[in-house]
Amino acid sequence: MSAIVKTTRTGQARGLRSLLALGLLAVGGPALADSDNYVEIMRGRALATAGDCVACHTAPGGTPFAGGLALQTPFGAIMTPNLTPDIATGIGSWSADDFARAMHEGKRPNGTRLYPAFPYPSYTKVTRADADAIYAYLRSLEPVSNTVNRNTLPFPFNIRASMGVWNGLFFTAGEFKPDPAKSEEYNRGGYLVEGLGHCGVCHTPMNALGANKSDHHLEGGVVDNWTAPNITNDAQAGLGKWTVDEVVQYLKVGQARGVLASGPMKDVVENSTSKMADADLKAMAVYLKTRGAAGSPAPGALAANDSRMKIGEAIFVDTCAACHVRSGEGIPHVFPKLAGATIATQDDPASLIHIVITGGQGAATATHPTAPAMPSFGFRLSDEQIAAVVTYVRNSWGNAAAPVTADAVKAIRGKVSGAAD
Amino acid sequence: MTRRLPRKDAVIVGLGWTGSIMALELARSGLDVVAIERGPWRDTATDFNIGTAPDELRYAVRHDIFLRTRQETLTMRNNSSQTALPIRRWGSFLPGNGVGGAGSHWNGQTWRFLPDDFRLRSHMVERYGEGIMPEGHQIQDWPMSYDELEPFYDKFEYVAGISGKAGNIKGQVQPGGNPFEGARERDYPTPPMKQGYSQELFTKAAKEMGLHPFPRPSANLSAAYTNPYGCSMAPCTYCGFCERFGCSNYSKSSPQTCVLPALVREPNFEARTECEVTKVQLSRDGKTATGVVYVDANGEEWEQPADLVLLCAYGLFNVRLMLLSGIGKPYDASTGEGVVGRNYAYQTGSGATAFFDNVNFNPFAAAGSLGAALDDYNSDNFDHGPHGFVGGASITNAYTNGRPIQYRPTPRGTPNWGSAWKKAVRETYQRVTNVGAQGSVMSYRANYLDLDPTYKDQLGRPLMRMTFDFQPNEIKMANWMAERCEAIAKAMGAKTTQINRLNTPWNVVPYQSTHNTGGTVAGTDPKTSVLNRYLQSWDVPNVFVMGASTFPQNAGYNPTGTVGALTYWALDAIQKKYLKSPGALVQQ
Repeated sequence: MSAIVKTTRTGQARGLRSLLALGLLAVGGPALADSDNYVEIMRGRALATAGDCVACHTAPGGTPFAGGLALQTPFGAIMTPNLTPDIATGIGSWSADDFARAMHEGKRPNGTRLYPAFPYPSYTKVTRADADAIYAYLRSLEPVSNTVNRNTLPFPFNIRASMGVWNGLFFTAGEFKPDPAKSEEYNRGGYLVEGLGHCGVCHTPMNALGANKSDHHLEGGVVDNWTAPNITNDAQAGLGKWTVDEVVQYLKVGQARGVLASGPMKDVVENSTSKMADADLKAMAVYLKTRGAAGSPAPGALAANDSRMKIGEAIFVDTCAACHVRSGEGIPHVFPKLAGATIATQDDPASLIHIVITGGQGAATATHPTAPAMPSFGFRLSDEQIAAVVTYVRNSWGNAAAPVTADAVKAIRGKVSGAAD
Repeated sequence: MTRRLPRKDAVIVGLGWTGSIMALELARSGLDVVAIERGPWRDTATDFNIGTAPDELRYAVRHDIFLRTRQETLTMRNNSSQTALPIRRWGSFLPGNGVGGAGSHWNGQTWRFLPDDFRLRSHMVERYGEGIMPEGHQIQDWPMSYDELEPFYDKFEYVAGISGKAGNIKGQVQPGGNPFEGARERDYPTPPMKQGYSQELFTKAAKEMGLHPFPRPSANLSAAYTNPYGCSMAPCTYCGFCERFGCSNYSKSSPQTCVLPALVREPNFEARTECEVTKVQLSRDGKTATGVVYVDANGEEWEQPADLVLLCAYGLFNVRLMLLSGIGKPYDASTGEGVVGRNYAYQTGSGATAFFDNVNFNPFAAAGSLGAALDDYNSDNFDHGPHGFVGGASITNAYTNGRPIQYRPTPRGTPNWGSAWKKAVRETYQRVTNVGAQGSVMSYRANYLDLDPTYKDQLGRPLMRMTFDFQPNEIKMANWMAERCEAIAKAMGAKTTQINRLNTPWNVVPYQSTHNTGGTVAGTDPKTSVLNRYLQSWDVPNVFVMGASTFPQNAGYNPTGTVGALTYWALDAIQKKYLKSPGALVQQ
């Protein structure tokens, strides 16, 4: 028999080996970066990770960065483009200047405008040097031919020139300006949160034209029928009760304070923040903990003898308490704590309703691989029952938030479907 | 036409407990690993949704997550003078199907076999003389000792998060634990489960009788736990849907909760589900396995070449795959020669039912492994001299469930239907408990597995034939145990008791125990064993076999703890010895 070859397969070694292999390939093809760029490429990879580029630019089951994901926006689906260095279908013919212009101005090399689903209003804050590093990394990828239909939006949104008007209203170009009065760490955090991290895209509410409401920056938004919670330092709905270390832990492993990252944030943790340097995560946490500390005052909780609360409690005991525990305390690392969970007390209850209807799965990271999942209950709970149990969760164990109506549940049920994902 | 796939370092047949542990550890050793599983992928929340998981009709009655007998079945007979017939519906034992295997639908009792169990033959002969050994037996010592396995028992228990109370730490007997157990390095990772009222009565009565009761070790976790692989579990809710069910609460140790979350992150691991391995492919001289052949769900046949072949299917199916592949000489009962299929063994069940007045036992607040046990009559923990049998039983008072369809206890003599039956069910449900003895079964020349001469599966391969019956030694042992159980039941304060003797001949219809053992026995002599002490095939050294088919005979315990320990034991040898120098680890 042939001997078994023992190989050392640490992630780093694997990455290095594939890059070296690509370096050799580069001799024959101008599209690939040469291996002398190793440091620049590694820096670009880390920056692309911080930007979570792979999440949007990968089709389900497709090659990473080859595009083709249908990104759902309030105006229709936008197919994400191919970022691999394929000349015909990717960015193989782009120069570093072209790439920087897309990042900073939202324009393709031929001058046509990109939609802000590509978060150039955030990426404009990325330095030219960092944009060049990301470019170098993307050029090191193997080119994949993948033609993407870039014209999927319905009229009138298919008129790209209209983005000129949009930009005039909502877009301010310009790199991140550090605040010299603040620490280097704060400024690093601000650069990451406001730039590549593009946290505000989800965590800031949108106006009717799809622009973030700048006066409610990071105060929570809705994305794909999930609530992206308030991540300012607000004590009621935001990170006010979280320590910097807890924010770092959440970003690193997807769990902190008994809360588990799920919904779209699961992907952000798995693809992006869990792979970022601890120092960068700490910088982001330090920055977030300084944002908009004064929020709206906490409302009073609904009375326990309110009929909605009593119905909700009965459903909770029968359906939820086996996992989340009667006291709402949950089980560490497996079932999220509902008592004191900020997701329960957001103004917008979309995430709670969504997860009761469809179920959901927590993030899996190297140290916490379990990714516990909640099954869907939409098949057996009515709109009224879901409204009652969500109202109960929002107003028990110290939580306080506005009650939820059956109509609100009905509206979300019409838009979400399927089993736990 | 069979299409040949690119070579892998290791191919694993079956993705249950042993297959998933092997896959994870070997992938982390740097090997390219593929696991081939004939059932579907199973994942906790999607397949065991809390809204549908406790469906007794679907799972317990209609066997939703068990093997379909159309996929594979056995033919069965009690002795070689009979003609064996195929089992059309699983009864006496319930083979699993799909990722997680029987490890996703087990009850969760996780024992260590006793030190004497590993050198049973030598020990019995030394203490009692050759005369105590039963007629026709083929009892053998195991090829490894308890002390050698101890670190690997420990490893498995900490991966599974077992809840229990140690009885012997480094030779120091621990109050409240099992004083008969072998010395362990440290206590269980999680404390014992909460016991019910019935177990309180059992524990008190047993202590007053001078016996040594303790909470039984459980894979239904008493507390939240994160294992060395980083996999997290939640405490058991005592819902009573364990055996025959997947656990929706992440509370029962299984490959899904304990291993797969880490395994699926390994980039050099691949699982192919709904693919049935049909044989292990051998080189022309028959001395090396070159890989396996399997059939996918479309009926396409593939050859998967691999340097290392690990048979990690359910024990009975490992035996059949060895027979179908021609690895090792098949056992011939008429001559007593050959080894594959030899030393098939099972377990006995006997005991006493106890009916009480004025109690509420609340049997629905149950868990697969909740219960109190005692080991005073197990293995050689008592003097066998006066009794004339070999072996023993663990004795238990437990509620695994109080489920509405199948848990309908009534006193013997109650009609099976009508108002008298309803009345008896109503009166009995809260007031009955059971003291049961799960007993060892020795290996005998007359009990074995071979290929059936008549019946074939859908792929045209002969079915495996089981020839088994309880022998006089086991009948004697089990019925003596039933009397011990009745004595305890009476001491608990039962108003009436009913003794449950061992039913013979063995019948394949009523459920008894899924603890089938033997067939690919590990040993020190190639004439009486299929595998060496590292569970490596004597004949084809790049084939290893995991699971209870490696037990030389059965003990009075559930097998999974020992199966887990043996897996880590074999893995240690593969990692430290075999991979450095592939070949036979024990010279013949």
